[in-house]
Amino acid sequence: MSATKAKVAVHKFSSCDGCQLAFLNMGEDLLALFDQVDIIHFAEAGPLNREASVDISFVEGSLSTPEDIHRIKKIREKSRYVTTIGACATAGGLQALRNVAQQDDWIQSVYATPQYISSLDQVMPIHEQIAVDFELRGCPVNTRQITAVLRSLLNGVTPVNEQDKVCMECKRQHEVCAMVARGLPCMGPVTRAGCGALCPGVGRDCYGCYGSAENANTASLGGRFHLLRLNQNQVRHRFVSFNGADPVFASAGSMGTGKND
Amino acid sequence: MHSPLRNFLPRNNFSELLTALSDGGYRCLAPKVCDGAIVYKELPSQDTLSTGISIHQAPGSYRVEITDSARNFGWSNGPQGLKPLVFKSRETLWSVRRDTNGQMTFTESAAEPDPVAIIGVRSCDLAALALQDKHFLNNHNRDSHYQTRRASLFLVAVNCTHPSDTCFCASTGDGPTAQDGFDLLLDELDDGFVIRAGTEAGEKILETLPVDPVAPEQAEAISRQNQRARECQTRRLPSRNLEQALFENLEHPRWRTVAQRCLSCANCTSVCPTCFCYSEQDTGTLDFTRSEHVREWDSCFTQGHSYIHGLTIRADTKLRYRQWLTHKLGSWHSQYGRSGCVGCGRCISWCPVGIDITEEVTAIVSAET
Amino acid sequence: MNTSAHCPAEAQIIAREQDSRTIVSLTVRLTDPAYANEFEFQPGQFNMLYLYGVGEIPISISSDPASSDTLTHTIRAVGRVSHGLARLEVGDRIGLRGPFGRGWPLQDARAKSVIVITGGLGCAPVVPVIDYVINRRSEYGRLIIMQGVKHSDDLIWRERYEAWGKHPDTQVLLAADMGGKQWNGVVGPVTELFDQAHLPTENSVAFLCGPEPMIRACVKRLTEEGLAPDRIWISMERNMQCALGQCGHCQYGDKFICKDGPVFSYAGIRHLFGVKGF
Repeated sequence: MSATKAKVAVHKFSSCDGCQLAFLNMGEDLLALFDQVDIIHFAEAGPLNREASVDISFVEGSLSTPEDIHRIKKIREKSRYVTTIGACATAGGLQALRNVAQQDDWIQSVYATPQYISSLDQVMPIHEQIAVDFELRGCPVNTRQITAVLRSLLNGVTPVNEQDKVCMECKRQHEVCAMVARGLPCMGPVTRAGCGALCPGVGRDCYGCYGSAENANTASLGGRFHLLRLNQNQVRHRFVSFNGADPVFASAGSMGTGKND
Repeated sequence: MHSPLRNFLPRNNFSELLTALSDGGYRCLAPKVCDGAIVYKELPSQDTLSTGISIHQAPGSYRVEITDSARNFGWSNGPQGLKPLVFKSRETLWSVRRDTNGQMTFTESAAEPDPVAIIGVRSCDLAALALQDKHFLNNHNRDSHYQTRRASLFLVAVNCTHPSDTCFCASTGDGPTAQDGFDLLLDELDDGFVIRAGTEAGEKILETLPVDPVAPEQAEAISRQNQRARECQTRRLPSRNLEQALFENLEHPRWRTVAQRCLSCANCTSVCPTCFCYSEQDTGTLDFTRSEHVREWDSCFTQGHSYIHGLTIRADTKLRYRQWLTHKLGSWHSQYGRSGCVGCGRCISWCPVGIDITEEVTAIVSAET
Repeated sequence: MNTSAHCPAEAQIIAREQDSRTIVSLTVRLTDPAYANEFEFQPGQFNMLYLYGVGEIPISISSDPASSDTLTHTIRAVGRVSHGLARLEVGDRIGLRGPFGRGWPLQDARAKSVIVITGGLGCAPVVPVIDYVINRRSEYGRLIIMQGVKHSDDLIWRERYEAWGKHPDTQVLLAADMGGKQWNGVVGPVTELFDQAHLPTENSVAFLCGPEPMIRACVKRLTEEGLAPDRIWISMERNMQCALGQCGHCQYGDKFICKDGPVFSYAGIRHLFGVKGF
């Protein structure tokens, strides 16, 4: 660690702010964090200095407006290391669902004065506009993940890319498989770990909020969902929800379930 | 045929066994239905065993049915054998403190002895435990965490009378009846249990139990039900050593077709009672004064398993599935003197897409193609 | 003193050599004098080096076994841990456990000619072998050292190669796939050196370490020249986490690289060597 403290910024784009809570939920570790770093900009927590040069920028949210693109490029220029956090920043988030709909129709039907709406045709994850050094997935990301990234970066090493399947965490916690024992259409076998198998831990099937794991066989899993009596549309909805711009899930969602149909 | 044994424990005296174990200092873990499957759960004293559990297993499917049978052990197995009790899915190996001068102090963590009796152990799982013993307690290295937990186990096995459709222990020679590796072994009849000891510790418990002589009809009934349990198994592994056959078929087209179905999700290796892979990593506090070195279950179905400095040796599922199968049924023979499969069938039931190891290996080592 | 198989002991960096832009040699001493005193290793064995708060990696020991109170490890910064280790300075502390694995069969090589073929950083694990043979020069036959690198700028330890080449009956041959200015070695793969070497195939052994495609090409040449598979020794590399033959990552057919190797006779691994996925 260097003698001077690392400067950190937390930026927000189109998002629900939930990922930023992973910092605020650190509890006592927040005190340790303040010993290690100077928080320069973090609107949700107080400090405001969005133009400052920093060592690490955490970016939450996806790009939805022309102004967003301008702002994210500025952030890149001012940051040595950019980490995106959460499904919105890494894979579009829920708002990327509008990428598969007719945007104008929606704007006309939702807003009383649609002429004031200025938005991009497509919602984009951050890496589509700037080079991102590390992507942390999750909806939302949790404190354990944020702490691990900070520890790595402050140690001067690359953070660990957790890319195994949720099933690994699920089995380490000795949850009974919801798909095998109860026939639920669980997304665990294609979804990236990191959440600690939260949903299976409370008896629910995983709904894929951490995005695709490495080497995800969506065609085979989609085929299995059909055997569990999900129709084509229901299978699509399993894949395209929180990570609409995740290329693996998006393609599974748009192609139906692949060659086994 | 058999000389009459004075070892029949009537069903309504079964609680005496639990009391004896408890008096002997053991916590008792007993089978219970939880979240739709059989799991070993702590049995509070005075509590009784579950009855009438029936298990239906098929590729990718596991269902519990509760019947009015008075039997306690009329089922095959649950998602886990004994592995989680001896080889923890996650545990700290050591921790390190660092002071302001950068000086480090390493402290090894140790497993706490925790005498625990498992009621209703299956012969397949005893065979698997013997294999894990060979791996973790060999002459090259004895894993102290494993050893402490292993020494704490008291195993009450029950011969399996109701194998599932996914079971094939008869073909691997590991069941359905147990030959050794237990402290006590039960045969369950409608009105009670024939019980015998396999170790001195088991003998000590057995001496305290109010047992009756075994009637010849009871002995015959046991022999019949054991035979039925053997004969009802339809799945089987080729019983010969497959090491050579598998390594001669590394380019078999079947590896590619199974990879199209395989999710590489590692459910098979997680439920396999003999799979032993683990990864190690550091986790620590943000103030950088302390770090813990943790190991947790890993799998040859992950990318990280074969990663070395920028190169992934097994990037795709075909190579990962082949690594698993050629080891489990092939090179395991060279390393541990037998196959790594005990026929429990868990990898078939708990595979979300129902891949059947017996079907795959038969296709790969059979003469055609 | 800490003797547990899983748990490292503390070591301090007493010398640091920047061998190239990405390669660093760290010489360390175990901080417990008693442990440092009893530490012994064989050429070809490796240690697990621990970077505080980050993790462990296997690194072979490249110093002289005769002076094992200090241990040199040559590290290329390619991954998380190696990048971090490569940035450490003299005085910094690390964790160390070892030595692990089976090294080079130097006893079997006695009275024979020794052919050492290395590629890239593969030279590091074989340095103690070369030093060992040179220190006992009369007990061995010819010593032929062949080293290949991708680019001539990647070649480390030029002075060492020069010094080794001055010993009697010792031949040093260098090749670079791409040669820069002032490169007077061969331009091309290390197999190009075979014609110059006039390899003794009678009563000789070969020790190989480096990238596997290079080793495969060299093994092919060596067997073509008549060297028996059980005279060819290869140092293998796979993911290793426990170094005790238990975590399963270095599983290689019927072997664990960490405990049955990392040095194997080609005869023992030829059925899998070069097969994709193992």
